[in-house]
Amino acid sequence: MSMLELYNGALNVPEIITRWYAQESDYNYGAYIPFIGTVREEDGIDGLSFDVYEPILTAWFETWQAKAASLGAKLKMAHSRGDVLVHQSSYIAAVFSPKRRVALETIEKFVEDFKASAPIWKYDLKNGQRLYAADRSTAIQGAGLLGSDE
Amino acid sequence: MVTIEFLGPIQKAPLTLEASSLRDVARVLKEDPEMAQWIENCAVAVNDTLVASLDTALQSGDKVSLLPPVCGG
Repeated sequence: MSMLELYNGALNVPEIITRWYAQESDYNYGAYIPFIGTVREEDGIDGLSFDVYEPILTAWFETWQAKAASLGAKLKMAHSRGDVLVHQSSYIAAVFSPKRRVALETIEKFVEDFKASAPIWKYDLKNGQRLYAADRSTAIQGAGLLGSDE
Repeated sequence: MVTIEFLGPIQKAPLTLEASSLRDVARVLKEDPEMAQWIENCAVAVNDTLVASLDTALQSGDKVSLLPPVCGG
């Protein structure tokens, strides 16, 4: 069973976090921390839209899963592709661990690295257009290789 | 021949070209005006693994992907 779920459109938050809770309830985890990302109303947008490159996203996620496993923890993640309207959710990350400290530290590092590294592209939906959110995007570590003279 | 694919917001159809290393790919893309705004900010993957050297060897059938700046969540 994959711990990484991709959906077309908005996430069904109650279904996902309840199902994840039930899936892990017998594994003696003392802590379950879901991070739920919601699209905010901002600059007159109708919503956001996402492109996802699944092969590299999966590899990135599996590297994190191994890191979490070495701490006795487990990660789950859900993300949208396509359009997600204001006040809907596009992203849920969750950590399960025996104790709270590992869970709190892991969810922070995981979500921050997600923002910097996961191969997902965001667009604003505004006035019927789909506009790349260039100014909120982060170049992946090692970017610029093709322009370098090494 | 290797295939170059452009991900996310780069509005460009895939290219196929002869290349024995990423250096050959860089040479071609640097001369492409459509790529001017992307060449300095894209990460590069070969067969879905991110790479860090222009000396990365390429073989016929390889897939090179360009990943522009990201913003998930």
